Amino acid sequence: MTGGLRGPRAIVIGGSAGSLDALGVMLPALPAQLDAAVVVTLHLPREQPSLLCDIFRHRCALQVREAQDKEPLTPGTIFFAPPDYHLLVDAGPSLALSIDPPLHFSRPSIDVLFESAADVYGPALTALLLSGANADGARGLAVVQRMGGIACVQAPASAGAPAMPEAALALITPDHVLMPAQMAPLLNQLHQGRVS
Amino acid sequence: MPHTRKTADIEQQLLVEAIYRRYHYDFRGYAQASLKRRLHTALTHFNCKTISQLQHLVLHESTVFPALLQYLTVQVSEMFRDPEYFRGLREKVVPILRTYPSLKIWVAGCSAGEEVYSLAILLREEGLLERSLIYATDINASALQKAEAGVYDIDRVPGFTENHARSGGHTSLSEHYSAAYGRVVFDKSLRRHIVFSDHSLATDSVFAEVQLISCRNVLIYFDRQLQDRALALFHESLCRRGFLGLGSKESLRFSSHAAQFDEFVPGQRIYQKRGEA
Repeated sequence: MTGGLRGPRAIVIGGSAGSLDALGVMLPALPAQLDAAVVVTLHLPREQPSLLCDIFRHRCALQVREAQDKEPLTPGTIFFAPPDYHLLVDAGPSLALSIDPPLHFSRPSIDVLFESAADVYGPALTALLLSGANADGARGLAVVQRMGGIACVQAPASAGAPAMPEAALALITPDHVLMPAQMAPLLNQLHQGRVS
Repeated sequence: MPHTRKTADIEQQLLVEAIYRRYHYDFRGYAQASLKRRLHTALTHFNCKTISQLQHLVLHESTVFPALLQYLTVQVSEMFRDPEYFRGLREKVVPILRTYPSLKIWVAGCSAGEEVYSLAILLREEGLLERSLIYATDINASALQKAEAGVYDIDRVPGFTENHARSGGHTSLSEHYSAAYGRVVFDKSLRRHIVFSDHSLATDSVFAEVQLISCRNVLIYFDRQLQDRALALFHESLCRRGFLGLGSKESLRFSSHAAQFDEFVPGQRIYQKRGEA
């Protein structure tokens, strides 16, 4: 299904309230050879700098970093959006930050990440929207799908706060609706390990 | 779809080129992704389906470009954003600034002025404001007017106050403004030490020798080439061993000027220009 595509690939993940549970199951289950950069935007209180990196650094086979402006998007790395900045994917592909106004009362906003990544990666992108209590990410997921990428949503029944996945399901028919335990296996299958 | 995407990229480049030739505002070196988001917001406002339509309006309707500029440039900041940065200035940089008989400070890309007043208040608290001159520059005339007015919605003040306290402020923020009709106005006595001026990091050159430059969350909107131009300006403008403060997620690491600065307050993006030459 993905064999014909060449060039860099990426996975973008967005989550809010309740999403750490799913991330805790999924991210440690991704193998080091994953052939994609992983970019994660979570809604978090803005005074918690690199807590996420600390949580996941020692549990993941992939490298874990807080995203820096202009940093190249390298496969096999998980980048977390820093608090109080939007995280975008720019040409390169590289990461870009902005302090444009919050969207859905959120900075970082999941829509901002998804839409900018869809623009750069097109069909080479997989997007996954997790648990959350507002409507951020739904529109971004629709753009990912429109640009030929793969749209995945956490099964609302498994989400601590189902409003966010439900908002996406009201807007689009995603390619996959997933329980947390199904996420890493699917991402592995879509982004088969690099052979060097 | 990829075709549509490419077309939009071409239109964006042409619009930016048209703006430069017609109005001499240079967005050619701006980072594409956030510029694109802003342009798409503007499309809705101007009721345009494509960027080409917007370009037509920009070139033929004289009122459109000033309105579009608000979409392209206004950043949202707050007073004492990243209190640890201001604490770093206060505790590490101010003791050195004290050794100068007079101080010149440049806040580049000052937008609506929040950072400028933060610095002015910090300098007053440290007893340095009387001998200081702050140059506050931006390309957006309307943002500069707002900055000069120093008027902010009162519902932003609790956030400002909390940041100020966490920055190590040793006065009450309310000593520096007066409140009325849902707004606060910062003291005119602060403004006496601030010169607001139009200046573009993309096209203009150095205008003064300064001891401290604060340019926060501006470089993230530039591509690498334009970042390098701005950093060259800063290097040229700073006195020997002068200080450069960047946004908390901005780094000299990816810049060709990295070797010309030392990290001065680790973790707070406060750099010092190297002594040689």
